[in-house]
Amino acid sequence: MSTMTIKLKIWRQKNSHDPGHFEDYKLDDVNEHMSFLEMLDVLNENLIKEGTDPVEFDYDCREGICGSCNLVINGRAHGPKHMTAVCQLHMREYNNGDTIVIEPPRAAAFPVIKDLVVDRSAFDRIIEAGGYVSVKTGAAPEANLIPVPQDTSNIAFDYATCIGCGACVAACPNSSASLFTGAKIAHLNSLPQGQPERDKRTIAMVNQMEKEGFGDCSNFAECEAVCPVGISIASIAEMRKDYVKAIF
Amino acid sequence: MKLDPKIPSGPLEEKWNRHKNEINLVSPNNKRKHHIIVVGTGLAGASAAASLAELGYNVSAFCIQDSGRRAHSIAAQGGINAAKNYQNDGDSVWRLFYDTIKGGDYRSREANVYRLAENSNNIIDQAVAQGVPFGREYGGLLDNRSFGGAQVSRTFYSRGQTGQQLLLGAYQAMMKEVHSGKIKYFPRHEMLDLVVVDGKARGIISRDLVSGEVMKFQADAVVLCTGGYGNVFYLSTNAKNSNVTAAWRCHKRGAAFANPCFVQIHPTCIPVSGDYQSKLTLMSESLRNDGRVWVPKKKGDKRPPNEIPEDERYYYLEERYPSFGNLVPRDVASRNAKMVTDDGMGVGSSGLAVYLDFRDAIKRDGEDVIRAKYGNLFDMYQNITDENPYKTPMRIFPAVHYTMGGLWVDYNLMSNIPGLFVAGEANFSDHGANRLGASALMQGLSDGYFIVPYTIGDYLAGNEVPKISTDHDAFKEAESTASGQLDKLLAVKGDKTIIEFHRELGKIMWDKVGISRSKEGLESAVKEIRKLRDEFWQNVRVPGEKNYYNKYLEFAARVADYFELAELMALDALDRNESCGCHLRDEYQTEEGEAIRNDKDYSYVSAWEYLGVNGKLETKIHKEPLEFEFVELKQRSYK
Repeated sequence: MSTMTIKLKIWRQKNSHDPGHFEDYKLDDVNEHMSFLEMLDVLNENLIKEGTDPVEFDYDCREGICGSCNLVINGRAHGPKHMTAVCQLHMREYNNGDTIVIEPPRAAAFPVIKDLVVDRSAFDRIIEAGGYVSVKTGAAPEANLIPVPQDTSNIAFDYATCIGCGACVAACPNSSASLFTGAKIAHLNSLPQGQPERDKRTIAMVNQMEKEGFGDCSNFAECEAVCPVGISIASIAEMRKDYVKAIF
Repeated sequence: MKLDPKIPSGPLEEKWNRHKNEINLVSPNNKRKHHIIVVGTGLAGASAAASLAELGYNVSAFCIQDSGRRAHSIAAQGGINAAKNYQNDGDSVWRLFYDTIKGGDYRSREANVYRLAENSNNIIDQAVAQGVPFGREYGGLLDNRSFGGAQVSRTFYSRGQTGQQLLLGAYQAMMKEVHSGKIKYFPRHEMLDLVVVDGKARGIISRDLVSGEVMKFQADAVVLCTGGYGNVFYLSTNAKNSNVTAAWRCHKRGAAFANPCFVQIHPTCIPVSGDYQSKLTLMSESLRNDGRVWVPKKKGDKRPPNEIPEDERYYYLEERYPSFGNLVPRDVASRNAKMVTDDGMGVGSSGLAVYLDFRDAIKRDGEDVIRAKYGNLFDMYQNITDENPYKTPMRIFPAVHYTMGGLWVDYNLMSNIPGLFVAGEANFSDHGANRLGASALMQGLSDGYFIVPYTIGDYLAGNEVPKISTDHDAFKEAESTASGQLDKLLAVKGDKTIIEFHRELGKIMWDKVGISRSKEGLESAVKEIRKLRDEFWQNVRVPGEKNYYNKYLEFAARVADYFELAELMALDALDRNESCGCHLRDEYQTEEGEAIRNDKDYSYVSAWEYLGVNGKLETKIHKEPLEFEFVELKQRSYK
């Protein structure tokens, strides 16, 4: 088992008013089997012992499904490994002596709370605008009365698998939330259950996305490249198609 | 303390319907006069908040994450049980009930478990109507898979992400009501205390985790849906933020804590790789449908698994339990993994692992079929271990996963503090001494969608809840207690970090209050916990201040509560002089290592009353006898 020395350049910012700056750190004895976030845990243990404030970053499940973690590493959301959330990234991707730059996902709609922690409540408000089927508890018919072709169900699942981390926004030159919004629209609009509210949902969610200060999509496809669960930009095409249909 | 389970009379299959017909209702124009606080937005919390808001109540929903969608229900992989009998394999509400109560080793209430099985079908209907993309057959109808502890196929799934899809369905239903204005939504908020006025739950104290402000919130009832306490072990499959604080603070305000020693150790997790390890990752139980569990017959056999010939492999579950094989319940699978590794047959560098092998399934069905079923789990495994499970068997080992114990509730899911309801993993109600796979999602949603919305109406219609202001002394006292504890933690300024303390506590718990327990081990655990707790309060170093975002301060307060809970768990395990479900006492087992239950003396729910901590935890046990009218108690056999 080999250990490494890693140099870190980490964004430190006290609060949303602080302009923020990069701080340099050095970490010895980094084990290749550590996850990236465990490496930051170790750094924080050292900082706490030195009497310095630890680096704040968001995380929860540490198994790639909750979408809490969202670091930008060497300029790439979630780091170098394709289809991998940063909590599932391991230090074996790095070499002894490497310098790693860690930043929060930067977007006007994601203000920094502290260090690497940002406010992603804009995503909640996009879902709130229409990302659901309006069915009250108890009103549902017998489940098998709504047959859904297997292919359709698989496509809907692929869109529904979005973890809401915001990497798509961080990667987009326009800071667009089109992949996030498109994924939910494409999930619900592809299913029979989603048809009654199809137009209303599409317009409301697209308008909310704009209102939150996210940019528009220019088809760079950077979002798909960094998405840890591989949401396809076909979802954006679905969203636009449904939007055009809905407004006319 | 009086513990009345309030189980309705009558035949098992009529209890719930009859109860629903008889309980009090709140009229629509009165519902809007009531305010209900829901804490936690996992399956139980999000579904309860959405359903209560749809009924017309004003709801405030709190969660510690930055969005309700991130609650740890999201990580459930395998599936959700329901008694639909779509496979025509003889399933029924009765069989689901029976499997669940047997799987729990007869330490849960018949009436609660039967109701859970009854509600299971409604959950599937509800989720499908919301657009949850369950796995389907070519004809477009819903598909099922098998899970441990059952001989029918009744588990509905969305690939390996069933929890995620069900949670997003409930979260979206909740956001719909945020949009309608019926739910006020408080993400990044942590409940630090319960406010009790005139004996009733009337509000909470919560900390805004961004500003650090400690705030007071008034309500007519509080629904606690804050999950389990597995993180007391430091390493578990729980999310890092999962904690017991909200539930424990309710316990300190008088709510009884039931069966705290019932902790499920899940048999299929990725083994520990080093000291820096921050959490353990589960590999879904569904893998045991196709994976075969084995170890080398020869002790200390270091050959690569693929070089070990068939006749030198010990398929211990298949050999010992021919009728259930690899699909024995979780407690049985975990205990057997410990037995073979204790005997020196464990694999991997630590020797603390067994193989879960897909070679035969891939040979039988082809790699594509296996990839379609478990692709994301295999990818996850490879990501973490850097080994390809299509080519070499997975290494797995048991890890703490779920807590069957929790706050005591009656049939209405109300604690012994009137107005405090507890739903999902946070209560103790349905799983007895062991939970079957694919039952946690079922219970969370049954509680949230289909039980609490009814029973809370009964409480509000039948009880006086006079208007109250947060200027009331009880709110001020709770606020200063919560705030004072944070100051106290920050003031210690010791030398040891929170994680160092937590890791040490976890080791005591894993070694002595884990897969197997003994009188001697438990007694020494109690002493060690007390000693470490004293040291914690004298020597912990908590960085930063309380008036801004400070994750380590949150952790410190949670670890402080774990130190008290840990002692209660050991005391509860000491009290229970029998083996049942996940609770294995070394003194009470057969020569083959099967659990010996003692129904005569231990057929009860232990409900503990908090009396204080003064060097030691002062606590008092109350016993709710479990009465079995409809099932015959048998020694479980999966042979």
